[in-house]
Amino acid sequence: MLGIIGKKIGMTRLFTENGDSVAVTLIEAGPCTVTSHKTKEKDNYSALQLGFQEVPEKKLTKPLWGHFKKNNVSAFKIMKEFRVNEDVMNDYSPGAEIKVDIFKPKDKIHVTGISKGKGFAGVIKRHNFHGKTQTHGTHESFRGTGSIGMCATPSRVHRGKKMPGQYGNDKVTVRNLTVYKIDGERNLLMVRGAIPGHRNSIVMIQKTK
Amino acid sequence: MDILYRVGQEQMNMELPDFNTGDTVKVHYTIREFEKPRIQIFQGIVIQKKGSGVNKTFTVRKISHGVSVERIFPLFSPLIQEIEIVRYGRVRRSKLFYLRKLRSKSTKVKRGKKPTPKNKVKNTDSEQKEA
Repeated sequence: MLGIIGKKIGMTRLFTENGDSVAVTLIEAGPCTVTSHKTKEKDNYSALQLGFQEVPEKKLTKPLWGHFKKNNVSAFKIMKEFRVNEDVMNDYSPGAEIKVDIFKPKDKIHVTGISKGKGFAGVIKRHNFHGKTQTHGTHESFRGTGSIGMCATPSRVHRGKKMPGQYGNDKVTVRNLTVYKIDGERNLLMVRGAIPGHRNSIVMIQKTK
Repeated sequence: MDILYRVGQEQMNMELPDFNTGDTVKVHYTIREFEKPRIQIFQGIVIQKKGSGVNKTFTVRKISHGVSVERIFPLFSPLIQEIEIVRYGRVRRSKLFYLRKLRSKSTKVKRGKKPTPKNKVKNTDSEQKEA
């Protein structure tokens, strides 16, 4: 769905008039420029390609610069595609600007970003295993995985068995977050609750259907 | 400057007295139980100040009918109508958790002086904004 590219700024609290404290994440969202269209005839799907954070020509490779020149738009550091209907696509021709005002307070949104990397993590951290008892004779294995395959049946390890491994630094989408406030002047989007990623990381914000 | 800092600053627009741990304060706090909001006064010793910017909170401790009660207030909550300083205290640490273990007379905090402007430097939030 239609959306915008943003940069996570961080979390803070906002007080309502009733005195409630609301935890919000600030996102510097847009302004983004439509850099090109993906069409059903040519690409088998329809999408808007948006650019965020302008860069000078010399920062780009020639093929990439050619891509921008084809649609006569300025060059951008970050590009993302948003799958939209062709009707929506016709509203935004290449070069059109998408600003944070496509959202309004109380809208539901999906936010996609790269989560904070946690490195190679054990099963307790990665899969919320319970760990073993600290007493009753446990030795050397307090946070271990336990049995993974049994003996005769099935005598193999099931595919997808939860085991230690890389945790975080993964593409994560948090669905159905609520837009709390919008500041068009500063291109600020304030979202209730947390979103994936560290500060200054790039996130994709999409409208729900 | 930092947008996060500014968004916090925008909410810190109320005038609050400069108080420290050890001071006895009266907090005029709005309670919304029924339709009409009313103001309740919570009086006690400030035993801790915590956090920075808009996230600053302070804890007030009092003995109510023989039961000790501690309450944490967000410093910039719009529900706080007023903070009145009843008595300045002179204490040698920033967190007065030792008061929890003491009984009767020994919980008394020595009377202190009103901080001079020189000592007030701690509350630099407003100065930073100008800089």
